[in-house]
Amino acid sequence: MLNDFLNQVGPSTVGGLASGAIYALIALGYTMVYGVLRLINFAHSEIFMIGSFAALFAILHMGITGPLSGFALAGTLLVLMLVAMAASGGAAVLLEQVAYRPLRRRNASRLAALISAIGASIFLQEFFALIVIPKLFDRPSQGRLQVPVPRLLERESLLTIGNVEIRNDHVIILVSAVIMMILLDVFVNRTRIGRGIRATSQDPETATLMGVNIDKIIRTTFLVGGAMAGVAALLYAMEFENLRYNVGFLLGVKAFTAAVLGGIGNLRGALLGGLALGLIENWGAIFFGSEWKDVIAFSVLVLVLLFRPTGILGESLQRARA
Amino acid sequence: MNANSNTHSGNPFTAFRRTVGGLGDAVRDWWAGAPGWARWIVYGLLILLAIIAPSDFIGSFMSPETHWPSLLFSPIGTYVLLAVGLNVVVGQAGLLDLGFVAFYAIGAYTMAVFGTKYGWNFWGVLVVGIFMAAVSGVVLGSPTLRLRGDYLAIVTLGFGEIVRITAQNTDYIGGARGITNIPHPPPLFGVEFALDPLPYYYLLVAAIVLVVIFAKRLERSRVGRAWEAIREDEDAAELMGVPTFKFKLLAFFIGAMIGGLTGVIWASKVIAIQPPNFPFILSATILAAVVLGGSGNLPGVMFGAFLIAWLPERFRGFADYRILIFGAALVLMMALRPEGLLPARRRRSVTGNGGEPDDARPGGAKPASTEADGMAEEVAR
Repeated sequence: MLNDFLNQVGPSTVGGLASGAIYALIALGYTMVYGVLRLINFAHSEIFMIGSFAALFAILHMGITGPLSGFALAGTLLVLMLVAMAASGGAAVLLEQVAYRPLRRRNASRLAALISAIGASIFLQEFFALIVIPKLFDRPSQGRLQVPVPRLLERESLLTIGNVEIRNDHVIILVSAVIMMILLDVFVNRTRIGRGIRATSQDPETATLMGVNIDKIIRTTFLVGGAMAGVAALLYAMEFENLRYNVGFLLGVKAFTAAVLGGIGNLRGALLGGLALGLIENWGAIFFGSEWKDVIAFSVLVLVLLFRPTGILGESLQRARA
Repeated sequence: MNANSNTHSGNPFTAFRRTVGGLGDAVRDWWAGAPGWARWIVYGLLILLAIIAPSDFIGSFMSPETHWPSLLFSPIGTYVLLAVGLNVVVGQAGLLDLGFVAFYAIGAYTMAVFGTKYGWNFWGVLVVGIFMAAVSGVVLGSPTLRLRGDYLAIVTLGFGEIVRITAQNTDYIGGARGITNIPHPPPLFGVEFALDPLPYYYLLVAAIVLVVIFAKRLERSRVGRAWEAIREDEDAAELMGVPTFKFKLLAFFIGAMIGGLTGVIWASKVIAIQPPNFPFILSATILAAVVLGGSGNLPGVMFGAFLIAWLPERFRGFADYRILIFGAALVLMMALRPEGLLPARRRRSVTGNGGEPDDARPGGAKPASTEADGMAEEVAR
């Protein structure tokens, strides 16, 4: 058992970090919206799904036939990333307008907002399964089946340490995620709008009195959170090469777990939580088998919350919960 | 009262919202002020309605395309009972539970395992199933109920998934294939339980009546008041000497019992169960039923569960599109009337700081309402 573990721990670590980076990018959307609105944006998983299909749509219409490499690959990924970010960000803003703003205007309870989000989530999944996938992707009456994504890059080992291969796709995922995180961190901590976001999450009333336009801040938060999900969506499509109308659900739940693990409302916590979750479930899978991966992830969440209910890094950045 | 909080008259839905809202509130206010005999008549009529509901005459209108008595058993009856159970947790104690389906699954699996492997009788399993679900409620609750609001929501969601995946990965209980040949209940008063859904439906109606009486008595008791205090402000409740943890655990315990009960009855009818019968979306649907009907108000919750179970089946004509419409309807409904169709009278918010008290408490500020509530308690005694 221990021998197995030692043999597999290296590859699992690399794989875990890669999936953890994707969780972390999705977790950012949950954590930002939660920070500003104190609300689980339950439909965020569908924002991710929309981004992944937008990326696929672009791949199919850019006429990419075989795996790319070098500058062609870098340029293509950049374009695809922008497409996915635009689709996800736009969808998130629209979602906020339709599903949350009317409730916010009426001071509805957070439970009502959660139900509205669940409704939006069901609607979007069905919309893709019934209309978008059959029509746009030319798969009539196969809307609920997996949609394959053409291969974007050939997986190559860049460097081998012991029995650990560092593959180019994993490097791309990790590097893009980290760059996005740094950009976001700068955006939130250094810009004027970022200051507005922080002010709103600390105290919305006072922020309004200080001249912060709350509606604009909320819209920006959804836009940025959605765009991060778009990046995650492209990376996911590239790595796993299969999409489905409900691809977002499990990833969304895991990403929310990651956000809670790191301390919800805390951007750096989301990164840490995502990577930690990816590592834990991949390491755990060595012992228990990969069919128990999800159970491991949720059990870890329960344990962490028992001993440190505010997550690893704490809710910090914002006020403690009332 | 609803109109006061509504300042956006440019909204095209405003008229509709006022009509529906006014109707819901009017029904509720009449109910709050109705004398005891009127209430008993309504109770009697409702039970009578439930008894004659499976008739062809009603079925021809309610569900022309599907077998109506089957529909009445599942999903309608099961959703109503599940919603009553979830209402104890969400509506009364204010604990957001996104994994309620787990208790339903535990009840169903208990029935399946004890029925097929040990040949137990339905009534014996009923007791064990309720007990198992209640124990799992305590097991889930005791570590997690110190958490609040959204943390609790995500942990319960995780619990629901853990139960489903564990069932899927455990060969002893059939793994992904599930369990088949679950025995039916033995004959009761000369009525055979076989493939016909009617006897099961009446069994479910009896269970619903009992559970509703139980839940209603609980609501009016010390326990119910403690839950209400916790729901409105947990810290204040703790300071006033309410042992909040104990009462929250009790809410989980009772909610889980009702979920388990539903699972046992359901499994005894369907012969075969599989892990995909207990998806997260079922938890979400039941929660939607509770909130749509008016969280915390039993008649509202049951009405909401009925609508959520019935509407998609009624409009099978739209076949594939019904779930799409269901999702859109949830969003629209929450935008138009976030407090639910028949909201409870004294409510503020479920998970704490959700809006300003005055706006989100429909009609709660009137002195008349306290009088009416006092009266209601008199009647209940």
